Amino acid sequence: MNNPISDRSLFVKAFYGLLLRDLRVISRELAPFLLRVGMQPLLFLFVFTYIMPRMAGGSPMASTAGPGFGTVLLPGLMAVAIMFCGIAAVALPLSTEFGSTREIDDRVMCPVPVAAVALEKVVFSALQSIVAAGLVIPMAIWIPASPVYPDLHRWPLMAIVLVLSSLLAGALGLAIGSSVSPRHIGLVFSILVVPITFLGCVYYPWAYLDKIRWLQIAVLLNPIVYICEGLRSAVTPQVHSMPVWIVLPALVVFLAILGRLGLRAFLRRVIS
Amino acid sequence: MIVEIEALTKVYEGKQRVVAVDGIDLEVKEGEIFGLLGPNGAGKTTTIGVATTRTLPTSGKVRINGIDVVDQPARARRSIGVVPQFNTLDRSLTIFENLYYHCRYFGFSHAQARDRSDQLLAQFLLTERRKAFPAQLSGGLAQRVQIARAIAHRPTVLFLDEPSAGLDPQSRLAMWTAVQSLRKDGITVLLTTHYMEEADALSDRVAIVDHGRLLALGSPQKLKDTFGAQTIIQLTLRQTDQLAALAAELATRSGVQNIETLDDGLRLFTTGAEGLLPDLIQSAARLGLRDIAINEPSLETVFIHLTGRDLRE
Repeated sequence: MNNPISDRSLFVKAFYGLLLRDLRVISRELAPFLLRVGMQPLLFLFVFTYIMPRMAGGSPMASTAGPGFGTVLLPGLMAVAIMFCGIAAVALPLSTEFGSTREIDDRVMCPVPVAAVALEKVVFSALQSIVAAGLVIPMAIWIPASPVYPDLHRWPLMAIVLVLSSLLAGALGLAIGSSVSPRHIGLVFSILVVPITFLGCVYYPWAYLDKIRWLQIAVLLNPIVYICEGLRSAVTPQVHSMPVWIVLPALVVFLAILGRLGLRAFLRRVIS
Repeated sequence: MIVEIEALTKVYEGKQRVVAVDGIDLEVKEGEIFGLLGPNGAGKTTTIGVATTRTLPTSGKVRINGIDVVDQPARARRSIGVVPQFNTLDRSLTIFENLYYHCRYFGFSHAQARDRSDQLLAQFLLTERRKAFPAQLSGGLAQRVQIARAIAHRPTVLFLDEPSAGLDPQSRLAMWTAVQSLRKDGITVLLTTHYMEEADALSDRVAIVDHGRLLALGSPQKLKDTFGAQTIIQLTLRQTDQLAALAAELATRSGVQNIETLDDGLRLFTTGAEGLLPDLIQSAARLGLRDIAINEPSLETVFIHLTGRDLRE
């Protein structure tokens, strides 16, 4: 079609078309989406901040963590929600679309650079991540025995951390989805996603790791640490967290690295 | 010229170096249906891959509508429609939505995309299935949706890669009709196939490729006239020790133009089987005639003439 439409306006329209397609698909799966992002934080808060505190000192976790545990947990659970969204919204669908069906082909053939198709996936996943992280906040207020109120005074910081973290999760999903076959995607959950969440300072602040110095240094290679610590300083400033001037550059660096890796893997799958 | 392919090569480096395309030159004219005929592994899909911006050439140039596919892939894709070898319909969307969102990817507004999709559903007799999902469609229907989707953004050239692979005979005929009907929309078609009947029935011009090289090019009739206006009779024999003697004897019969000796028999290039056949059978019976195959003049005989092989081998 040799119409006079300019490249830039076509790019915007095509990108919007790709977003609309993903919105349509997710609108059909709204309930599974909510269950997927909501179940884990819901159960976590219920068990550790509702059941445990009522077990009169029976649980060591409850006694050490006490009611303050909910406050520690809130940013951590937001981080996990962001992470899982990135994986579920990009890695899982991409892995099948690249697999036997090659459904991605039609989108790859649209008249924009191929990288834009990958970028759209990351952006759409980031939008879902932000919604998922937002869902955790009311849960943290309603479920725990002693409610946890996020401090939203530092909303500009929260917005920046949320956006960077969500894009980071999407970029990780892109890297995984473009390089792992559908057969092995379950394995990636066990050997990559679960360890980086458990060792990502989700359930404890990074500063508390000073008793185990080697681990405290080792986890600095884990991008989830910066997501948690960034959200901690934004949402629950009363809990000690890493300084913002470390967190934000770290998030940007990890986003750049994972974005590059993800895009490379994507292009390798699309262009031979 | 809509499609210009110049000295195209594609080499896959690796443990085993594969030369998929070995210097192909082609030009496809506006409005024609062009067939790329060859056996599996001849380099047809790779050639289409380069032309549709999905494969990077090792050397050579491909231009679509004058646009270089390597320098400006995104712009070239505006002029390209593709029906790949496999069903790549979006499984998460209905048939209507497959068309609608395809239009949106190409910059159509909501109303334009909706109208175009409705029109295509009607044109390809798919209106009843608009709300079905791709998984619910038969192979023939899915193929029709893929063609409709590929031309939805009104490309100037449509690439069809092995369009009848996996289709039953009836769906194949329906697909042929659909492809021929594109002619009146002025869409140029480049299709690959390893079915000679398909190339013969659909194409204005055919290029025969094998091992990444172009062997012959022309209208089906011209190819048959030039290379294969012969009926090929293949004799399979039990005893092969006196093949040479039998070949010499048969070569003297009128109507036999040429004879090739095979491992287990003879291949005769003749002006026609009629009249010749009883005689042949009688002579060959001495050596234990096991099987006799007759190929009337067709692109198949052209291919055998050019390569010494059957398309299906």
